[in-house]
Amino acid sequence: MNLEKVMDIKNFSFTYAGAEKPSLKNINLPIYYKKVTALIGPSGCGKSTLLRSLNRIHDLYPGNKYEGEILLKDLETGKMENILEYKKENELIKLRQRVGMIFQKPTPFPMSIYDNIAYGLRLMGKKNKAELDEKVEEALKGAALWNEVKDRLKDDARGLSGGQQQRLCIARAIAVEPEVLLMDEPTSALDPISTLAIEELVTKLKDKVTIVIVTHNMQQASRVSDFTAYMYLGELVEFGTTEQIFLNPQKKHTADYIAGKFG
Amino acid sequence: MRLIINKIVLLLSTLAAILGLVFLFWILITLTIKGISAINLHIFTNDLVNNGLRNLLVGQFVLAFIAVIIGVPIGMVAGIYLQEYSFGNKYAEFIRNLSDVMMSAPSIVIGTFVYAIIVSPVGHMNGWAGAIALAIMMIPIVVRTTDDMLGLVPKELREAGVAIGAPKYKVIFDIVIKAAKVGIMTGLLLAFARIVGETAPLLFTSGNSEYFTLNLNHEFPSLTVAIYTLATMPDKSLVDIAWAGAFLLTLFVLIINLLGRFVIKEKKK
Amino acid sequence: MEAFFKRLSALSATTILLILTSIFVVLFLYAKPAIEAYGLKFLVDPRWDVVITPQKATSAPKKTENLGGVNVDNEDDIPTVNIPKQNQKINVQEDDLGDIPTPASTTKVNTQDDDLAGVNVQEEDLGISAPTQNTQPQKQKVIYGGLVPIVGTILSTALAMIFAVPIAMGIAIFLSEIAPPFISKPVGIAIELLAAIPSIIYGMWGLFYFGPFISHIFGGGSVSLLVAGLVLGIMIIPFMASLTRDSMKTTPDVLKESAYAMGATKFEVIKDVIFPYAKKGIIGSMILALGRALGETMAVAFVIGGVFTFPHKLTDPTVSIPVVLANNFAESSGMSLSALFYLALILFVISFIVISFAKFYFLRDKK
Repeated sequence: MNLEKVMDIKNFSFTYAGAEKPSLKNINLPIYYKKVTALIGPSGCGKSTLLRSLNRIHDLYPGNKYEGEILLKDLETGKMENILEYKKENELIKLRQRVGMIFQKPTPFPMSIYDNIAYGLRLMGKKNKAELDEKVEEALKGAALWNEVKDRLKDDARGLSGGQQQRLCIARAIAVEPEVLLMDEPTSALDPISTLAIEELVTKLKDKVTIVIVTHNMQQASRVSDFTAYMYLGELVEFGTTEQIFLNPQKKHTADYIAGKFG
Repeated sequence: MRLIINKIVLLLSTLAAILGLVFLFWILITLTIKGISAINLHIFTNDLVNNGLRNLLVGQFVLAFIAVIIGVPIGMVAGIYLQEYSFGNKYAEFIRNLSDVMMSAPSIVIGTFVYAIIVSPVGHMNGWAGAIALAIMMIPIVVRTTDDMLGLVPKELREAGVAIGAPKYKVIFDIVIKAAKVGIMTGLLLAFARIVGETAPLLFTSGNSEYFTLNLNHEFPSLTVAIYTLATMPDKSLVDIAWAGAFLLTLFVLIINLLGRFVIKEKKK
Repeated sequence: MEAFFKRLSALSATTILLILTSIFVVLFLYAKPAIEAYGLKFLVDPRWDVVITPQKATSAPKKTENLGGVNVDNEDDIPTVNIPKQNQKINVQEDDLGDIPTPASTTKVNTQDDDLAGVNVQEEDLGISAPTQNTQPQKQKVIYGGLVPIVGTILSTALAMIFAVPIAMGIAIFLSEIAPPFISKPVGIAIELLAAIPSIIYGMWGLFYFGPFISHIFGGGSVSLLVAGLVLGIMIIPFMASLTRDSMKTTPDVLKESAYAMGATKFEVIKDVIFPYAKKGIIGSMILALGRALGETMAVAFVIGGVFTFPHKLTDPTVSIPVVLANNFAESSGMSLSALFYLALILFVISFIVISFAKFYFLRDKK
């Protein structure tokens, strides 16, 4: 397997504002290019906290503390940059255009379906209508939503069903062609059919974009991911290929969690 | 025994509610009867100098409108600060509470304040002073509305905006405010209804004028101030005009309030 | 752009602080002449716009007793005052503000009345001052004292509260605990509409309908302290009822249900569960309504009578601070204007304290 790292997390610790103890302790984790990496573990283990560090969305709330490094590969130069060192607003903006995020609750913007998808593109400065039309269609097709909405692109996005809204959010995120897509429990608010649709999407998308997915549903992790990281109480307990983690866990703790003994 | 006390209390409470309704209907009915009987085409096509209400109606709206233009931007941006930029720090809490205090400040005191800073230096009453007094009253209401409505928007929506690479101010304007649009508009509408019915802040800032004028540099016609002066006149025909004005004012205010509630209810569906 | 907007919004928020402080500062500055002239006596002096002809003092230092117990020990600065009433002399007492220098040319006259209408008679003065009665004609001095409007404000507000609180509580109880939804909805809307009616309407209705009604029942004029208090009360009922009802609604259902399950009557649940739980909000709303009532102008101006005297009975006319301001401001200037600002300042400070108390103590915003 030709494995290339697109992100590398090194000795990373994270403390929330006002907290005495860190929520993440000394995490070392590679994220491989065009693969799906799943973060699993019981509630409160820090998997969402880790995910949200990868696009520095914690910075919306002042006072948090980072330690260590999170490296992101610049695909043109091939160099790894520590994203924790970004201080300026436009550096962070560029980061988020390269590392997108899908949330647990579908978050359609209060505008039309078309404008939702075009929003990120317009932020990047694209104005040409033909170009936008093309990219919107491409993104919606990539999110398996195009056929359902192609006749009502001007409708308010909030009128879509839950599953459609989440696919809209995915389309919106991939429209800007990010290198990494972060997904924070993307199906836990959805019905089983929509969940399945999204899981299929994830498998399809990884040809284009690296995906890191947080899930509390182990079966989901085993279905969609190539690599799995098992976390517990802020620490990374075990990391490996999904096959290895689920069929042959090295640590007893991992084995217990997989077997459903707790969490 | 306990049951008797219970029944008595419940009875008294119901009586209290009935009493409240009695007052409401008494007021509205007398207002409507006196008001409608004094309404005719004449009062809409003539100004106060000819025993009409035209200049007063226009004037009151102009003043309230200018107050909106001044007060809403200041209030909204302050509300945005409280909700989006302050993260619950002490200063923001302080301002929030201060704004609420200001909301209940005596309106006549605000009139004296504006008199001191505008009317006194200028030398005479003027419409700008009245509009500014109304604006000062409007600001805390707008702050409260904006603050509350923005607070209802779920934080995931903001995070999603940031996650796609939007700078914070764009997230606020393109996404958050849009999401809260209905609530904010209703709040502003209700605030407008509140200040359009104010009298005290106008009494010695913009005063009143009998003529139709749009010149804000001098005394400016005001429906509410006129009602106050007319109602105590010995001439009955003038008092009737006051009733007509009072009726129109109340009608307007109540319609807006009902409209606001209706809109909110529609939104909730 | 981002940084700019961030600063702009902080600036906007600070505007509120600025406005509030400016109000206080400006009122104080404009009131300063009156404050210096009358000091704290202003709060207890019942005279308004009363002209005094002061007299120059004799050179002999007088140590006269003052029933208020304050020493008068100024020499030529303290003139005796001749109020056209035989040979009575009034004790002159310096400002409480202590050492405010009296400019040589004008004579400052402050009188302290222990009982508000009386005059202190000092035998000693009688003899001394008589010969000085015919000295140079002095400038006339006008006295302003705010006691009457202050008392009017306090009494009318107190009356309003006494009337409004039980009724508002009753309405709140009715709406939240008694009425079934198909009644509580429209009645609730009716109450909120009442709250939206401009206060001037209450004033007009009070003047033409409610006032005569009250005078019919209680006697007295159709404009009086009583009418004003009642109209003011009616005006604050919807406000208080809404806030109280909202507070009561925050009581968790489980609490109420457990009380009912133990066999409590509705009244007992209200008394022992809801009210204690919602206590802060309810008291806060009452104090807030009190603050509103203190500063209300229009509802009161029509029906309080506008007469600058003490009400000796409830059905007498009188004034309140906002009414004095409303009626006198436009034509005032000089010291009378300053006295009005003094009154405005007093009102502002009182209502600010009351409302802040309600807000910071009871109705803290927990965000």
